[in-house]
Amino acid sequence: MKPDELRNLAQREAELRKSYRYRINVCCSSGCMPFGALKVLSAFKDAVKELGVEEECYVARTGCIGTCSIAPAVLVEPGDYLYQNVTTDKVKEIVKEHIVNGRPVKEMLYGNEAYFKKQLRIVLRNAGKIDPLRIEDYIAVGGYYALLKALTRMTPEGVIEEVALSGLKGRGGAGFLTGLKWRYVARATGSPKYVIANLDEGDPGVFANRTLAEADPHAIIEGMAIAAYAVGASKGYIYVRSEYPLAVETLKKAIEAARSMGFLGEKIFETVFSFDIELRLGAGAFVAGEETAILASIEGRRAMPRPRPPYPAHSGLWGKPTLINNVETFANVPVILLKGSEWFASIGVKNCTGTKCFSLTGKVNNPGLIEVPMGITLGEVVFEIGGGVPPGRKFKAVQVGGPSGGFLPENLLNLPIDYESLNKAGAIMGSGGIVVLDDTSCMVDTAKFFTEFCVDESCGKCVPCRAGLYKLYKILDGFTRGKGSLEDLNKVEELCEFIKEASLCGLGQTAPNPTLTTLKYFRDEYIAHIVEKKCPAGKCFKNGGGESGVE
Amino acid sequence: MAKVRLATVWLSGCSGCHMSFLDQDEKLLELADKVELVHSPIADIKDFPENVDITLVEGAVGNEEQLELLKKIRRRTRILIAFGDCAVNGNVTALRNILNEGRENVLKRAYVENTMFNQGVPTQIPRLTERVFALNEVVKVDFYIPGCPPPASLINYVLNEFLDGRIPVLDGKFKYG
Amino acid sequence: MVEENQGLSKMIELTIDDKKVVAKEGDSILKVARENKIYIPALCYLEGVSSFGGCRVCVVEIKGSTRVFASCVTPVSEGMEVITDSERLRRYRKWAIELLLAERPHVCSVCVANGSCELQQLATELGVDHLRVEREWTNYELDLTHERFAYDPNRCILCTRCIRVCDEIEGVHTIDLMFRGKNSKVIFDLDDKWSFAESCTSCGKCSAVCPVGALYVKGKPHSEVKKKELVSFVISRRIEKTIG
Repeated sequence: MKPDELRNLAQREAELRKSYRYRINVCCSSGCMPFGALKVLSAFKDAVKELGVEEECYVARTGCIGTCSIAPAVLVEPGDYLYQNVTTDKVKEIVKEHIVNGRPVKEMLYGNEAYFKKQLRIVLRNAGKIDPLRIEDYIAVGGYYALLKALTRMTPEGVIEEVALSGLKGRGGAGFLTGLKWRYVARATGSPKYVIANLDEGDPGVFANRTLAEADPHAIIEGMAIAAYAVGASKGYIYVRSEYPLAVETLKKAIEAARSMGFLGEKIFETVFSFDIELRLGAGAFVAGEETAILASIEGRRAMPRPRPPYPAHSGLWGKPTLINNVETFANVPVILLKGSEWFASIGVKNCTGTKCFSLTGKVNNPGLIEVPMGITLGEVVFEIGGGVPPGRKFKAVQVGGPSGGFLPENLLNLPIDYESLNKAGAIMGSGGIVVLDDTSCMVDTAKFFTEFCVDESCGKCVPCRAGLYKLYKILDGFTRGKGSLEDLNKVEELCEFIKEASLCGLGQTAPNPTLTTLKYFRDEYIAHIVEKKCPAGKCFKNGGGESGVE
Repeated sequence: MAKVRLATVWLSGCSGCHMSFLDQDEKLLELADKVELVHSPIADIKDFPENVDITLVEGAVGNEEQLELLKKIRRRTRILIAFGDCAVNGNVTALRNILNEGRENVLKRAYVENTMFNQGVPTQIPRLTERVFALNEVVKVDFYIPGCPPPASLINYVLNEFLDGRIPVLDGKFKYG
Repeated sequence: MVEENQGLSKMIELTIDDKKVVAKEGDSILKVARENKIYIPALCYLEGVSSFGGCRVCVVEIKGSTRVFASCVTPVSEGMEVITDSERLRRYRKWAIELLLAERPHVCSVCVANGSCELQQLATELGVDHLRVEREWTNYELDLTHERFAYDPNRCILCTRCIRVCDEIEGVHTIDLMFRGKNSKVIFDLDDKWSFAESCTSCGKCSAVCPVGALYVKGKPHSEVKKKELVSFVISRRIEKTIG
């Protein structure tokens, strides 16, 4: 595709979009599908035809709108009218009243404005508003312009500089400066170089990356192409879990579309730059999301992490310089190039710019996929966006960062969400999971649950993680059955320190977080279990006590 | 000065540690000057006495009688020493934990399947615990002498250190098995 | 993995325990330390094959970093200051050995490797005189099908020495891991019985390098197999002469 062709196509598509007075976006992501979103979609198409408004109303199949609590959700533009729990029998009324008569059906609207008020959608800019399977939809909203700009008007070093100035940090959890990482890869010697997008989101209750891929796959592809240009790579891989069939399907089609349009392949935009992307499916191991494990898995070996250095930037895939970023990081890149690093750096807080997507779940009134500017407080997320815990319940704790994230208590709700503050409090940014717990949850039991998850997902390579976590689980399990003594708490802390400090990869290094933070902030619950043999939340001691405890 | 009250106990083990204890030979005489043996399988005293200073416990906990006895020992002893591998970590005694078949089947295996004469599970024995425990899984243990059995010299060293009011240092002196 | 350096390479200077040493760039801390007669305990490390970094016994501190590093897989660098012994390191090493002993039923008194077992020796050396965590009593089936060798998974510590030696020295890769986490298991071919593992050349290197009594030569005390054969095997990396 030539640069002019892109401009023309974008113009045509934008005009086409404008020619419709209304656009009905039906969310068909993994969250809304089980509630019959596809049936609702076809019902809308039928209704529009039946009522004769086909010419002025476009019905689109889109990705996630972000409000998973009101699935299936339908967004009507202009005006962003959001209909909740739309079933096929409601469709006709909506079309008749809203489209034909121009009167939105108030009683069916999602009245919760607070949910969106504190959010800022950069990564999810197109989510719920474009059809992820139509590349033209993406182009209509300015898609692949950033790639064009990078290839025709910027040097690779200029792209890196722009990303570096934006202050963007890796959204995979560790928070390494993206610009710096790109520079390492760009300067590394070796050829070919590779770009890998990490979409191996294995955490229970986390669906941010998946939703992004389902809603706006081209943002990821475009981000990767720009990165490839910047670091000098010619080949890219998207490593995605095979448990995400919709995301896999969407990405597969998106890659094909991008290839047929010439955004991937040889001589992109008639420059010397060539780049193509291949999809690689993971086989269901949580640890495969670790960057060196991804390398092993793509190379066809057992997904076991290896020690760093050497870093993938110097010796990655097949020993070649490799850039690995999370898909969310890549999705940020096109916007940064189009709107400028200064604009991006103005969002969020100092040293932590931009936004972050979170899957907000647990005991919260409005669960869903949210995107918030960095620096927002946990309290704002839980109570203003999430609407707090269900009526009659009391907030207890919030877990940030997936299964190995820490639990933070009520008095830390004014903690700003940025890498540093979270780390200091014992939590992590991690993969972007926020799980809210109310007073029906037992903290010992919860710590046990997440430890068990990590036990199951440990690759088995290093002793602290493989054997240590299992012992930690056994001790916690003992606590919930009335075994154990107060001295065991010291043992738990010592064991946690060993696992945290001596483990090989991020899985083991963060796995003790749930235990350590619950011990720190909810120690009284442990003591109640051990001394009084009582569970304050009434969860434990259901299977009777153990045979013996140390006297 | 009153002599130090020493006890030795034999739980589920082969008595090899006690044999090794006796292997201290002439040093036993020196030991006898310093301690009063208040309870031991080699001295016929039925109940475990009160106010014991040091107790060497050989063997793991394999039945409920031993479980009770060990708890009693803990209450009545100042320094409780896990004596030998079985007491320290279960060792051979605990190999029945591998069977994972429940106590009835363990008895059946021993008294029915693996014998030719007088087959039958005895009824007059204490109930087996569901699994075999090392001492520190049941009570707090103050000191550990690993070894199967621990050499006589090591036993002698540990006892003498305690008798002289020091905590023994096993640095590199012990060996499992 | 730390690659062995071939030919001329850059020499660098670093400090190990306040001792200034010169080393080849890219060599592992453990290798450099041993060359300079500085002892660091290690278990899964095996000279002559690639390093694995799994047992975490060889952890060291590096000044300027709060974390600890497995010295067998951490390359030396210019000006690095390594600490090989501290209260913290001893604590971590002790935990590593303790967890290994508790992970599967290691009963030294009935083990073929009793007296020549590296895990047992390290327990003595690091003062693991008891276990603070409950022991596991796994019940894997023994593989006694091979004519000369035996495999007892209940004694395996998953150090992968056998896997590496089979792959990198013998070059057949009969042995590998299956499952993950605590359920990881060393297997032959596609989890075949040993005698049916067609790729196996019966060279016996695996049993010679097994630090514990998981892989052993039938009818021979492990001490005999290990002392004579292992030492000569590892040091001169003789491949043609094997046990039997």
